[in-house]
Amino acid sequence: MIALENVAYSYGGGELLSDISLRLAPGSFHFLTGPSGAGKSTFLKLCYGELLPTAGRITLFDREVRGLTRDDIALTRRRIGVVHQDCQFLDHLPLAANVALPLTVAGKPSGAQDLTDLLTWVGLGNLADARPPQLSGGERQRAALARAIIMGPDVILADEPTGNLDWEMSLRLLTLLVELNRMGKTVLIATHDLNLIRQAKSQIAARVLRITKRKIQLAGADL
Amino acid sequence: MNPLSLIRPDRQADRVVPPSGHTAWLTSFTAGAMAFLAVFAMALSLAAGRLADRWSDALERTATVRLSAPEDQMDLQTKAVLEILSKTPGIASASAMTDDEQRALLEPWFGPDLPVDALPLPRLIEVTEADSGYDSEGLRQRLAAEAPGAVLDDHTRWRRPLAVAASRLRLLGLLSIGLIGTATAAMITLAANAALAANAQVIRVLRLVGARDSYIARAFVRRFTLRALGGAAVGTALGMLGVALLPSTDTAGGFLTGLGFQGFGWIYPLILPLLAAGVAFLATRASAFRKLQELT
Repeated sequence: MIALENVAYSYGGGELLSDISLRLAPGSFHFLTGPSGAGKSTFLKLCYGELLPTAGRITLFDREVRGLTRDDIALTRRRIGVVHQDCQFLDHLPLAANVALPLTVAGKPSGAQDLTDLLTWVGLGNLADARPPQLSGGERQRAALARAIIMGPDVILADEPTGNLDWEMSLRLLTLLVELNRMGKTVLIATHDLNLIRQAKSQIAARVLRITKRKIQLAGADL
Repeated sequence: MNPLSLIRPDRQADRVVPPSGHTAWLTSFTAGAMAFLAVFAMALSLAAGRLADRWSDALERTATVRLSAPEDQMDLQTKAVLEILSKTPGIASASAMTDDEQRALLEPWFGPDLPVDALPLPRLIEVTEADSGYDSEGLRQRLAAEAPGAVLDDHTRWRRPLAVAASRLRLLGLLSIGLIGTATAAMITLAANAALAANAQVIRVLRLVGARDSYIARAFVRRFTLRALGGAAVGTALGMLGVALLPSTDTAGGFLTGLGFQGFGWIYPLILPLLAAGVAFLATRASAFRKLQELT
């Protein structure tokens, strides 16, 4: 689905990521960890075409990312759900319209019942008409997750999705992501929360990757 | 992007871009003010065109033979000139002006009591040209041979500067419309850029969830085009009202009072709102795609 071969990314003259090779297989569950500033967010941005590698090759759904037009990238993003730590919404629209936004821009109808079911599934059924600024951090994260999966994407990328949440809310979000993985979705979560990773590994077979000195290593054994 | 897609309402797409007050106001006001000015520029251009045609028509088909001769030979030479003119191909008619007609001609300058008989005025012979036209140079030579005091004035020296002035006036009108259109495009581009920059976060979110550039651009282009159309429609209506309220030729006379539209001419200003919408469409579209490349 997403494959990186000898990928490097330089930023402001310095190399942030170097010689990274990785393949996210369908239905896999990965954690990406590492210290702040190691390049976790950059890695995720490379995975959904927000950034282009300065060296190496990235393939998204069997297409080399450098050969994609802006329209192609837009279409590819409909197959990749992204959740950010500082998830952004259209503040002038109610929550339900924000969650349905991927369907709106794709010109697909959003069934009212499906939307209600999705909001209920992430625990926001009673906030459909609320505006994003009225939501708490946890509610925003869950709303972002709902928005990320409404198109039924093949891959879900989450960048520090529990960064602003308390432990209880973090577990709730993790449970949702695990459920999605069990439905066959490929999940990659960038986080520095080792407790979250341990909790996930008790529920599901997850691989843990660590960015150290600009490279990615498998880091499951010490967790 | 198909301009006709702008006509089809798309509430969902319209909603993704938040309403932005000052750019909306600026676009509508700019389009309205420019359309208002364009109505007057158009009226000026059309009036100059009419004037040029009228002057050309009036002067092109007539000529004057001015005959200066001793008093005792005046009638004889007048007869000789009329004889020559009647035999000249391309001349429809020729007639010597009577004293009364000459007095009426000079009245605006010398008053009604001009003693025409007592003054050594030349005899004026009015010549009307036929459609085929005549050979003015050949006629001049014949007049010089048979009536040495006769001078042919085919109005060329009057007609040329008037025609040049009128056509330049028309050109100025058209140039004004072009400048107004360019200024409108520039102002709307600035407003669109400001709106796009103010909505950078919205654009980033839309790109993140898979919106194509054309989708995002259309939301902005549609909004700006419709604002320009509305503003220009109001400006055009006010401009046409202003032109309609100008003093009529009957009451004041003169060139300035001929500035209004005539007949089908009233239809021309109705094109202005569509032109403004077209300018807004092109300007916003170019601006949107350029800005989208910068922002995401």
